[in-house]
This record gives sequence, C-alpha cells and structure tokens, in this order.
Amino acid sequence: MDDAIKGGAAMKRKEKKKMGAGSIIFMALVYLFLYMPVFVIILFSFNKNNSNIAFDGFTLKWYLEVFKGDSLMKNFWLSIELALVSMVISVVLGTLATIGLYRYEFKLKKFINGLLYVPIVIPELVIGLASLASFSKMGMTMGFATMVFAHVTFCLPFVIITLRSRIADFDSSIEEAAMDLGANQWHTLKRVTIPMLTPGIISGALLSITLSIDDVIISYFVSGAGDITFPIKVYGMVRGKITTNVYVISTLMIIGIVVVYLGAGALGRFLEKRKEIRDIKKIEAQ
Amino acid sequence: MEDRKAIVQLKNITKSFGDNQVLKPISLDIYEGEFLTLLGSSGCGKTTTLRIIAGFETPTEGSVYIEDKDVTDMAPYNRDVNTVFQSYALFPHMTVFDNIAFGLVEKKMNKKEIRSKVMEMLELVQLHGFEKRKPSQMSGGQKQRVAIARALVNSPKVLLLDEPLGALDLKLRKQMQVELKRLQKKLGITFVYVTHDQEEALTMSDRIAVMHQGHFEQIGTAKEIYEKPQTKFVAGFIGESNLFEANVDIISGNELELMMENGRVKAKGEGFVKEEIVYISVRPENTHLSDKDVDGFTLKGIVKDQIYVGSVLKTIVELPNGKEVKVNNHPDAYVYPVGAAVTVYWDPDKAVVIHTKEDKMYDAIEDAVLK
Amino acid sequence: MKEKKKKERKNTLPILCMVGPTSLWLLFFLLIPLIYVVVISFMTKGAYGGVVFKFSIDSYKRIFDPLYLTVMWKSIVMAFETSVICLIISYPFAYMLCKVPAKVRGILTLLIMLPFWVNGLIRLNGWSNILRDSGFINTLLMKIGIIDQPIQMMYSEGAVLFGMVYTFFPFMVLPLQSSISKLDQSLIEASYDLGARKVKTFVRVILPMTLPGIFAGTIQVFIPSLGAFFISDVMGGGSAAYLGNLIQNQFLVARNWPLGAAFSVLLIIFTLVVLKAYSKVGDLDDLA
Repeated sequence: MDDAIKGGAAMKRKEKKKMGAGSIIFMALVYLFLYMPVFVIILFSFNKNNSNIAFDGFTLKWYLEVFKGDSLMKNFWLSIELALVSMVISVVLGTLATIGLYRYEFKLKKFINGLLYVPIVIPELVIGLASLASFSKMGMTMGFATMVFAHVTFCLPFVIITLRSRIADFDSSIEEAAMDLGANQWHTLKRVTIPMLTPGIISGALLSITLSIDDVIISYFVSGAGDITFPIKVYGMVRGKITTNVYVISTLMIIGIVVVYLGAGALGRFLEKRKEIRDIKKIEAQ
Repeated sequence: MEDRKAIVQLKNITKSFGDNQVLKPISLDIYEGEFLTLLGSSGCGKTTTLRIIAGFETPTEGSVYIEDKDVTDMAPYNRDVNTVFQSYALFPHMTVFDNIAFGLVEKKMNKKEIRSKVMEMLELVQLHGFEKRKPSQMSGGQKQRVAIARALVNSPKVLLLDEPLGALDLKLRKQMQVELKRLQKKLGITFVYVTHDQEEALTMSDRIAVMHQGHFEQIGTAKEIYEKPQTKFVAGFIGESNLFEANVDIISGNELELMMENGRVKAKGEGFVKEEIVYISVRPENTHLSDKDVDGFTLKGIVKDQIYVGSVLKTIVELPNGKEVKVNNHPDAYVYPVGAAVTVYWDPDKAVVIHTKEDKMYDAIEDAVLK
Repeated sequence: MKEKKKKERKNTLPILCMVGPTSLWLLFFLLIPLIYVVVISFMTKGAYGGVVFKFSIDSYKRIFDPLYLTVMWKSIVMAFETSVICLIISYPFAYMLCKVPAKVRGILTLLIMLPFWVNGLIRLNGWSNILRDSGFINTLLMKIGIIDQPIQMMYSEGAVLFGMVYTFFPFMVLPLQSSISKLDQSLIEASYDLGARKVKTFVRVILPMTLPGIFAGTIQVFIPSLGAFFISDVMGGGSAAYLGNLIQNQFLVARNWPLGAAFSVLLIIFTLVVLKAYSKVGDLDDLA
C-alpha cells in the first residue's frame, strides 16, 4: 500500500509539470491536419494556371483580376450579404427571445424551449428540404429571401443558446434594481440588459455569420437560379475544374478575418489606453 | 407613536408561491422617519415582505399602501421607494457616477442638477473621487456604499434594505451599521431593514418586527423586544435566555408565584390564571446564584461548568431534571466552584412570563435557545 | 428565496413582443415545414415530380427495399465510425486545451474556428488536391521515388470517412472541452492518492465525469454526418451513395418528393430517438 501511495504521489508531482513535449507535438499535428487544405488553397491562389490540376508557378495576376466584373465575386458578395442579413435578423430576434425567456414564466415556455433545439440536432438536410417543400407549396420562388428564411431558422437557435449561457451568469437582482430605480421593462432592456449582453451578442453574431458562410446544404436546397451563393457555385465546379479565383477569394476571406480580428483587438486596446490617459488628466486637473 | 403618520401600510397581506404559503396574513404600519427592522431567520418571510413593499412581488391577498395610496398593483418603477440589494446589483457596464445617476436620468432631470446631486451623494457616503470607477474595480464595502447612494439620491419616501451588510466582514459590518444609522437620522428618510442578525437589529432599529414562519411574533422597540418578549420564539431568538416551563400557583396583583418541576420561583406579569401553564424567560445576566436560601425560590441545582469568555463569566448550573441554566456574571464576581449546590433566583421584575401556544413553535425554540 | 419575477398581471404584452417574433418564426419556418414533410411522405408522387394529394403509404413500403436499407445501414455505420474517430482525436486535444494557460487557450480556440470561414466544401476540395492521384502527396512520393504508381486515396469509402472526420471533429472539441474544464481536480488527486494509476484513474474517474461532454460532442457529429451529402460527393466521387445523397437525389433529381420525404421522416425519427436517449444521460443545454 505504501508503495502505491508513494507512486501516486510521484505521479501527482509529474502532473504539475506543464504540458509535455508529446502533448505539444500532438496539438501541433492536429492543427496541421486542420490547416493543410487551407495552406493548399492559399498556395493555389497564386497558381499561374487557371485551375487546380497542377501548380505551375507563382503569380499575383488572379488577385488583380478578382475584383473585375467576374461573376464569382458576385456569388461571394451574395454569400456575405446572406450571412449579414441572416445575422442581423437572428441577433435581433434571438436577443429579445433570450431575455424574454429569462425574465418571464408563461404557459408555452417548455414547448418553445424544445422547439429551439430542433434545428440544432436535426440534420441540415432535413431543414433544407423541408424549407424547399413548404416554400414551394406556399408559392414562393426560391431566391435570396428563401435563403434568408432558411438560414435564420438554422442560426437563430445557436444565437439564443450562446446568449442564454451569458445571461445565466447575470446577477438576478440587476433587472430588479433597474426597475426599482424607475426604469420600466423597455428602459431596463435598453439601458441595462442589452448593454450587459453585448459581449454575448457579438459572440452570437460571429457564430451566426460563421454558420451561414460555411453552409452548403441548406443553401443548396433553397437557392434560386439567379441567386447562387459562393459555395453553391463551387459545388457545381467540384466535379470538373475549379478555377483559381475560388482560391483567391477564399484566401482573401482568411486574410480579411485575421485583419478584422487583430484590428478589433488593437482598436479596443487603443481606445482603452486613450480613456485611461484622459481620466488621469482629469484627476490631475482637479 | 400612534400619532405619527404611517407612511407604509400592509393590510392583511398573504403570499403563496404555489402550494407554499409564505406569508400568513400580516398587517403592519410603518411610520414616517423611523428605522424599522424585519428580523427573523431564513424562510420566515421577511424578504418576501420587503419585496412586496418594493413591488417585485404582488400579494396573493391584501393591499399595500404608500402615503395612503393603494399601490398593490403598481409596478416597482412607479413606486416612490428604492431598494438596496443584498448583492448590491450595481450595473457592471456603467461607472459609479452613471450607476448613481441612473434613477435621476429616468426622471429626466437636467444634467447640471444630476451632477450636483450625484456629487453630493458621493460626499455623503464618503466615496468622493470614485465617479469614474467601474464596479469591478471596487471592494465590497465600496460597492455597498454606491448601492446606498444610488438608492438615496432619488430621495425616496422609503428606503428598503435587504440584508445589505451580509457579505461584509465583521469589522466593516459594525462600521457600516453605525454609518447607516447616522445617515438615516441625518436624512430623516424611513428605512425598512431586513436582517437575520439580531444584534444588528438591536443596534440600529427604532422598532423591530420579529418574524417567524410568515407572521409577526412581536413588534416593538429594541428595548421592549429584548426585555419583554411576548412569545416563546422571541424570547429564544433575541439574545440568550433561560426558558422554563412552569405552572401558575399564586397570583396577587401582578406578582406571581409559580411551580416548576424543580422548585418554586417568583415573577411578575398580568393576564394569567391559576393553574395556567406558562413559560418563564430570564436572561442569563439577570439570573443569579446563591448558596443560601432565597425567599420565594426553591430552584436548586449543581454547578456544572465555568466558562470564561473575556468580558463575561458563564456559569452552567444543572437542575435535578437535567435542564441547564445559564448564568452570566462579571468576570470578577464570586465564582461558585464546580460541584457546589446553589439556589437559582432572579429579580421577579426581570423575568418575563409568556403564555404557551400549542403550535410548531415548540421545535423552533429548541434551535433558537441552543445559540 | 429568489423567485423569478411573476407579475401575473400585465405581462402578456412584453412576453408577446419579446418571445413572440421568434416563436412565430420557428412555427412558420420550422415546425410547419417539418410537419409538411411528414404529410408529403404519405402522399403520391406527381407525374412530373412534385406531390399529388392522394393518401398512400407507397413511399414507406418502398423504403424497406433491401437496396435502400443497405444504404441506410452504410450511412449509420459511416456516421458511427466518424464519431468514434473524432472522439479519439478530440478527447486528448480537448484535454490538452484545458491545460494550456488561459490567454493562449483563447487564441487556440479561435484558430480552431478560423478555417470555417472558408467554406467546408472548398476545404474538402483542398484535400482532394492533396490526396488525389495527381495530387501533392502522390507527386511528392513519386518524385522521391518511393512509389512509381500513385496510391489511390480519393474516391473511396476511406476518403469519405476522412472527409467526414475532417469536417466534424472541431464540433466535438468544444463540448468536450467545456466538460473537461469542469472536472474537479481534487477528485483526480484523490484517486491517485488512493493508489489508482493513471489508466485506472482515467477509466474510472475522468471518463465517467466527462460523459456529458462526450455525448454532446457525439450527437453533434453523428447526426449531421447522416445528412452531409456533399462530403460523400466531393470525396467519394459519384459512386458514393449514402442516405444524404439518397434524399438529395430523390428530392432534386428523381423529383420523387414523397419518397424523399419518407426517408427524411425516418431520419427525423432516428434523430429524436438519439436525442431522447441522450437527455437521459446529460443536459440538453450542453449541445451548442
């Protein structure tokens, strides 16, 4: 028994060490696995040849051409538009719903909660075709609007669940405090609840955009002939030739997000620093 | 006191959550300018009562009046009362200044006035210079004061405080008790205070309403509650006390002679009948021991233990039936050795006689007395 | 005794305004379409595609055709294999992610999500570039001289599995990570203290405690795998046929909507069964 205890204690000491080399290598390999195709995509965006068959040599010409009236760019902007519009609707609807579900008790609450989980667990395939079938029956033509409808249906629950975990961390008296001080339900929402939820709303918005941009299946079912999003266009190409500008646009996307993320972080820090300096000046002036 | 204006009136309020009736019918008049404490252990309904005054709960039955206006159905944001929450509930995304100014902004006050009022408040709670801070950058005591300032700046008719000092350490708590009392006296605002700490209640309050299982056991001044508890629960809950069961034997005027299992004792009281079973409550500091006979008292026991607690010497005496009597003395008083046979007695004026009530309070007393 | 505020009177308007829009949306764009799908499955196929409203259980009879059953079984097996492999990769990864200092963890988590801003389809296409006969790996190996014929990696069941794992394993990392981060270290230390070695501690303490995360992650991989037809399309070539392809085919090519709907209903039922089983073990809220 003594030996076992000693062994256990020795192992405990080992655990305290930071991650071993093995772990770091493993994680690096996983990230490599994840990013391999991304590297390929970036590489091929410089391909001399206008296809993905073989790599011929470096050139920047596709980058220069990509913004010129090429229809692929049009598809790309459509995807972005779709993602943004869906995000706005999902966030607005989702924020109100989350707060409503948090604050109030009412009869159909359990049912609505259950309904929220359906899009999360049911394969996108089913949502896609269900949307197609019923929209057609309702006489709608497939197009941008139908894509928005389907995308929001799919993204909304994710936004709500993200927000829900944030709101659960709230001090439960905060909304009461606001009302105690004279703010009615609407003012409390505007001045307290929503500002406090801002980080969560941003997370939810980013999640919504990500899901929308990545989506292939739902768009596939509910897009119209004239509204082809980027992934659908590419899907059409997949069996045959994929032109280089696909890679160019993808690479630009990656660069874009990295820039936005770093930029937002830097901007945030810059604004805070500026505020600090201003506050110090004010106190010194007193 | 009945001439004073009642600023808040609760009339026959009951409150049930589902099957659980948290407030049996209660009625209470709270007078203008007083410091009233709702005192009781958790679950007694004191917080629910406070929330009903604030408007966060609607009573199942009964009505709430503020300044003679029926506000039972009025939302909290329309009532002229403000609350200091136990968890402070400061808005984390706003500075101290904006927190305090919140209510004034709602009232659409102009910026200059808001500024002067907020700065005035900051001075009052001694937080000058903290305007730009955020709640996350402050200690518990400081947040506490911001919460108080935020409520008071609106000049409410009544300030409701829900165990505001619970999260502070002992020293700070005692400091804040004094400050709060001083604040209340200075501003003249009615304070309704909720706590489970009886010492706190006794220190700060003009009147205390002792609550237990959804109703008021006794409402009175601190002195009344302490020296003349009217029920077994209050006697056991407030301060330490020795509680005895006895039989009323002889009544002459307000002087009583009673029979206990272990001997005879004397006390004073009115409204009792012969043969009635009553409780006698005597504070340990009013309980005395003697090795000689004492007129009217045949309660004898053996000294079991002596405990020195710094400012007080506690003597525990065991009666023949096993019951323990607590006696508190000045540390320099004469010490009866352990094992000595003594007579337990008291000044009949200082003993409180209480009618017995046959209900569940029986069990609760055991817990309270064991404190 | 903090009760959620219950102002019984006059709450209907705020509730309607806040929860109403979402409820109506889900009702109209989710519930009704799903019900419609169930309805269609009991209808007859129209002559030129579409639906004729004549009740028939033909579709349900047809789906039990041995050919279709094989396809469905293949899909379930594929989804299961995907989940298992994802679990094997994601679990240690999530574990290590929890050990990393907080600041680094944020960046690492972001790095997992970053690739998703490039559409999954395109990333799979990137893999096909690497794996196919004239692709990166084969070209390299042939140049070095290790092989003289390209190894076929693409357009096989293995390739589809590879593509599935690649697409879905990040979805397992997050629920696993959240479950692992909630592990009570003192319980693990107690286990060591009592003499249990690493493996035993893992099996008898850590694994059971992270079960909710495992289930949540598994569901988030298993169920979507059943419907991800584009993965089998890209990685498996036209030959691959799984349930997803079947449904897509029936709906958009063969235009036999009732049949496609019947398959979908089957899929929905299967999903609900899995969910029910899950809710017995874990908390539904962990699923996101």
